[in-house]
Amino acid sequence: MDPIRESLLKVSHQAKLERRGRIIGLFCISLIVIVVAAIFYFVASRGLATFYHDKINLWDFLTKQAWNPGTKDSHGNPAVGALPMIVGSFLVTIFAAIVATPFAIGAAIFMTEISPRRGMQILKPVTELLVGIPSVVYGFIGLTVVVPVIRQLFGGTGFGILAGTMVLFVMILPTVTSMSVDALQAVPRYYREASLALGATRWQTIYKVVLRSATPGLLTAVVFGMARAFGEALAVQMVIGNAALLPHNLVSPASTLTSILTMGIGNTIMGSLENNALWSLALILLLMSLVFNLLIRLIGRKGAMK
Amino acid sequence: MNVKQQDKLATGILYTIAGIIILVLASLLAFILIQGLPHVTWHFLTAPARSFEAGGGIGIQLFNSFYLLVLAMLISVPLSLGAGIYLSEYAKKNWLTSLIRTSIEILSSLPSVVVGLFGFLIFVIQFKFGFSILSGALVLTVFNLPLLTRNVEESLASISSMQREAGLALGLSRWETVMRIIVPEALPGITTGMILGAGRVFGEAAALIYTAGQSAPALDFTNWNPFYIASPLNPMRPAETLAVHIWKINSEGIMPDAVAVSAGASAVLIVAVLLFNLGARWFGQHLYQKMTGTGKKGA
Repeated sequence: MDPIRESLLKVSHQAKLERRGRIIGLFCISLIVIVVAAIFYFVASRGLATFYHDKINLWDFLTKQAWNPGTKDSHGNPAVGALPMIVGSFLVTIFAAIVATPFAIGAAIFMTEISPRRGMQILKPVTELLVGIPSVVYGFIGLTVVVPVIRQLFGGTGFGILAGTMVLFVMILPTVTSMSVDALQAVPRYYREASLALGATRWQTIYKVVLRSATPGLLTAVVFGMARAFGEALAVQMVIGNAALLPHNLVSPASTLTSILTMGIGNTIMGSLENNALWSLALILLLMSLVFNLLIRLIGRKGAMK
Repeated sequence: MNVKQQDKLATGILYTIAGIIILVLASLLAFILIQGLPHVTWHFLTAPARSFEAGGGIGIQLFNSFYLLVLAMLISVPLSLGAGIYLSEYAKKNWLTSLIRTSIEILSSLPSVVVGLFGFLIFVIQFKFGFSILSGALVLTVFNLPLLTRNVEESLASISSMQREAGLALGLSRWETVMRIIVPEALPGITTGMILGAGRVFGEAAALIYTAGQSAPALDFTNWNPFYIASPLNPMRPAETLAVHIWKINSEGIMPDAVAVSAGASAVLIVAVLLFNLGARWFGQHLYQKMTGTGKKGA
């Protein structure tokens, strides 16, 4: 075969490179997808074993209050009621979001509408830095500052929902703030100009125009903060007291899904009911993180349709 | 109250809120640094920890943190580069791609405890790596991959399509265009994201307590053979990191000077995060100037 014909018919070096590159990329991306699928499969198979293998009633699991998987109650059923942890997790998450939202949105308004120069110079770098602070550090500060203060003010041990809320509030504040800033900055400038030109004061502009049109973004920021708070483990575990009891008040020791998980999983035997019940808690965490994800998507879609 | 007064009031409230936040955040930083920095001495940074008596250091934990970070980044950087390149340059707009994007999003929002438990189940138990640096590094990879991938993808997507067209017009294949033109152009953004990711990994604890373990056996810093059991480089030894150490001494409470040690260790962690942050900014800008020859601020 003559060389020209040969070089035309053969796959070129470039084409080979191209194929190799595409395969490398595809390999990396499929690895991520496989990992996600594996996480779901393994956590679900372990978490569901409580219900299939150990024959625990799902409704009992979600609504009973006694959590002591090693022992049996008077009817001979194992005491696996996850309600205290579920309630604890939701309480700290919702309270932290309630406390953090006004502060975060207020700060974001300050940075974008009131005093952009100073806000961007001081507040923004500080919040960015705080997003990166490890959660154990927050937990440590909670343990050495927040818990003693609560003990002084309200009596008791100081451990509990209130301490968890305070720690989570400070933890999610920077995240929610910086996402709110993005949401407010995305509001077109001419909205503000139009409103001011109509004679509205700055506050009227902020309240009636900017905040309204940024609502989807702000909601996303808050839900994102809640997702972070819900999944946070060590910082909360250090200050909540880790008693698997329904909280009577905000300063009695309580527990969250994550705190019981981190405490327990190392002390139980793989495949035992105690262990499976813990994996069921992990499954709840996983599903809740899916729910938060879905919520963010829904908000995004609603916001886009406007 | 008329609208003018309302405006004044609202402005006042917003100033107060901003003031409170700055106060809270500043006192937080000041508290950690003022409490912690006096404990940070050379002895503290290099001495091994002591469980039952005061005066221990964080030497081994500090080394473990860095070693784990390096290993995790060694695995996750190439993977995230490949995945990011694929998503930005090759992926077609179809249901498969949106499935991939969704799963990356889900992975990035999973609580780190769940990722850690998955690692415990897979790497520690199924693959029989035990509580080891290797398990820890793999879990940190899982934990970090989605964010790094998104960062790579966004950095690549911000490069103008003219650059791609120019490369293709010169007869380069798409892969060559990406590797020779697009990636170098996007490098400042990519590196900034990687350094920030490294900072996140450095402070992660929840994913590590059941993968890299909660014990820090004594190391022999004279033997660097990776197969020797007490070698610092041995990837199969359990390795408690700095962040895990803070958590552990606080929740066990048998160390007499736990508060002092955790204050010092927290300060070290904060300073490290600070350095990662500043480093990311400086490095990104420096790289941008170097590669484009402009004095402009980097993206």
